[in-house]
Amino acid sequence: MARGLFAESGADLKLVGVRKQFPGYTAVEELDLTVPAGTFFALLGPSGCGKTTTLRLVAGLEEPTAGRILIGGTDVTDTKPYRRPVNTVFQSYALFPHMTVLENVAFGLRRRGIGDPVEKAHAALRLVELDHLADRKPAQLSGGQQQRVALARAVVNRPALLLLDEPLGALDLKLRRQMQLELKNIQSEVGLTFVHVTHDQEEAMTMADTVAVMNRGRIEQIGAPEEIYELPRTAFVANFLGQSNLFGGTVAESGSGAFGVDVAGRRILVPIDRAQRTTGAVTVGVRPEKLLLVTEEPAPMAGVNVLGPGRVTDVSFSGVSTQYLIDVPHVGTVIVFAQNLVFGPVVEPGAEVWVTWRVEHGFGLADAPAASALEQAHEALVSGVEG
Amino acid sequence: MSGQNQAGLVLGQEIGAEEQAPARRPGRVGIGVGKWLLPVYCTLALIFLLIPIVYTIVFSFNDSVRTNISWRGFTLDNWLGVCNEPGVCEAFGNSILIGVSATVIATVLGTMIAIALVRYRFKFRAATNLLLFLPMATPEVVMGAGLAAQFLTAGVPKGIGTIIVAHAMFCLSFVVVTVKARVASLDPALEDAGRDLYGSPSQVFWRITFPLLVPGILAAALLSFSLSFDDFIITYFNSGAVNTFPTFIYTAATRGIPAEANVIASAVFLLAIAVVLIGQLSANARRKRAAIR
Ligand SMILES: Nc1ncnc2c1ncn2[C@@H]1O[C@H](COP(=O)(O)OP(=O)(O)OP(=O)(O)O)[C@@H](O)[C@H]1O
Ligand SMILES: [Mg+2]
Repeated sequence: MARGLFAESGADLKLVGVRKQFPGYTAVEELDLTVPAGTFFALLGPSGCGKTTTLRLVAGLEEPTAGRILIGGTDVTDTKPYRRPVNTVFQSYALFPHMTVLENVAFGLRRRGIGDPVEKAHAALRLVELDHLADRKPAQLSGGQQQRVALARAVVNRPALLLLDEPLGALDLKLRRQMQLELKNIQSEVGLTFVHVTHDQEEAMTMADTVAVMNRGRIEQIGAPEEIYELPRTAFVANFLGQSNLFGGTVAESGSGAFGVDVAGRRILVPIDRAQRTTGAVTVGVRPEKLLLVTEEPAPMAGVNVLGPGRVTDVSFSGVSTQYLIDVPHVGTVIVFAQNLVFGPVVEPGAEVWVTWRVEHGFGLADAPAASALEQAHEALVSGVEG
Repeated sequence: MSGQNQAGLVLGQEIGAEEQAPARRPGRVGIGVGKWLLPVYCTLALIFLLIPIVYTIVFSFNDSVRTNISWRGFTLDNWLGVCNEPGVCEAFGNSILIGVSATVIATVLGTMIAIALVRYRFKFRAATNLLLFLPMATPEVVMGAGLAAQFLTAGVPKGIGTIIVAHAMFCLSFVVVTVKARVASLDPALEDAGRDLYGSPSQVFWRITFPLLVPGILAAALLSFSLSFDDFIITYFNSGAVNTFPTFIYTAATRGIPAEANVIASAVFLLAIAVVLIGQLSANARRKRAAIR
């Protein structure tokens, strides 16, 4: 990396068969991943799934047990962290307690011999609205302020590859939106590559070009935000990213564009090109906002799936939409998000309703029907017979 | 010096205890005995601890002739001509030289060992830990005699050199223990951040690790110096013809300790108090300045 110069553009990141084993625990298993140069890549996943470990591997702070890491086409697997064109916003901030905020931010610039480090550090602090606290020590800042210093300290270096480990987690909503915009600006202005770990799904969806959902050290699905939301491939993704209604059933017929699944005595059609499996026992799903509530049994219509009747067990108002929980016998609880087009709930708890959705909104998952879902269905069946 | 150090230490503890006592036992104020027992006990303890020091300081102004036991009148002669009494200043100088040398050796080595012990896993790590504990656990007489025997076998003439080696050896253990605690409390993420921000290993050490260890290293150095300055037993076995301040006092005690020795002892005590006070005041000032900002 050239001394005294900022990166001209982003670099692409490539992980090939990367694995990381800690004594007695495999944190990352077989990671194959390509992040094109100049894109905004979001990494989502539950706590402890290996996101931070992945970033540390890329930064060189951890050595992979197996596999290669390439940045900008160069194999950096054996390159020391201080020679990699990478900066990290640490989840724990890791600000230097004995230096002022300004010296913290200028640290990387000084090490690389970049001109005007103080002026550039001030500019970065202005960006995160903390220039007035430049002379303070980190211990004299609030959590959110510390986080913004950590952000400024990494961003100021304009690295070809910036790793952000939950960089906005401690900020209030307004400040977070503002920082999101700033980050996006910096990223697109210079065309840097960002790898962004976040627990905020909305943040991941709105900011990222590509989203990857990680689970237990593996990437479950990777794709554009719309794609990954509209067409989840596994039950984990379907429920981790937003909510989903999942139904277990057996494939009963196979047509040209769609196949039919028997779910609790009803025939549900799923498009073949939206399903991972098309034979045997399958799990099919649909997003809650795609469902429509009707209070009278709908007449069979081509291209529309129907489940029901069921009983409304809960209605909760959440501003833009209202969430209905419907207990459908032999299926379980179905969630429906309905837009608040009329004042007050459309139906009251206890009402008998049917849910419908257009066939093209359904999806078929790679998972076999979950044991618990089957059990639930069985339980419902037994209690239905007894009652 | 150790007596004086301990007095200073106990003084600090008593002050702390006075501050904390009411907060800790608010319900027991009503009981009559508890009200005066603690203050009286504390005052007696303080007097007991302070008497030898006050005695030493007062008698440094005594117009003594041969012995410095009975009060014969006030004079400044002892203070103005400390080095007139043969041997006093030479012994004091030796003690300073030995203390500084042993401290430097023990602090540098001990800091490196402490970092290695906390940060790295290596063969014989447990053994090293145990080995470092030994000088603290071994009776000083045994260690002094053992070292003397070793120097004799190796044919090393006793003198300042052998004293420095002996002192550095037992100071090392205390340095390692003190600095190790500091290293263990250091967040490794800070060094990671340094490396991530283009700091080479030496830059990360000198700009991040070392500055954060300084308080621990300073404490260890002070401890080393006072241990060395104060040591009598191990020194006595390995000093040969050389006198340090403690061995000088010991030999002088049979003839009567000269008042000049009192002068040096008092000066050291006052200097130590001054250092502690300045440290406290500057820490307070710093805290206030930080609070204003
Ligand atoms: N140094 C280590 N030694 C042993 N296990 C570790 C080590 N570091 C991490 N792990 C384990 O590896 C797994 C992944 O950790 P990681 O920090 O990558 O999680 P994460 O996805 O960042 O979680 P979070 O969202 O909570 O930050 C965890 O189960 C953790 O316990
Ligand atoms: Mg993490």
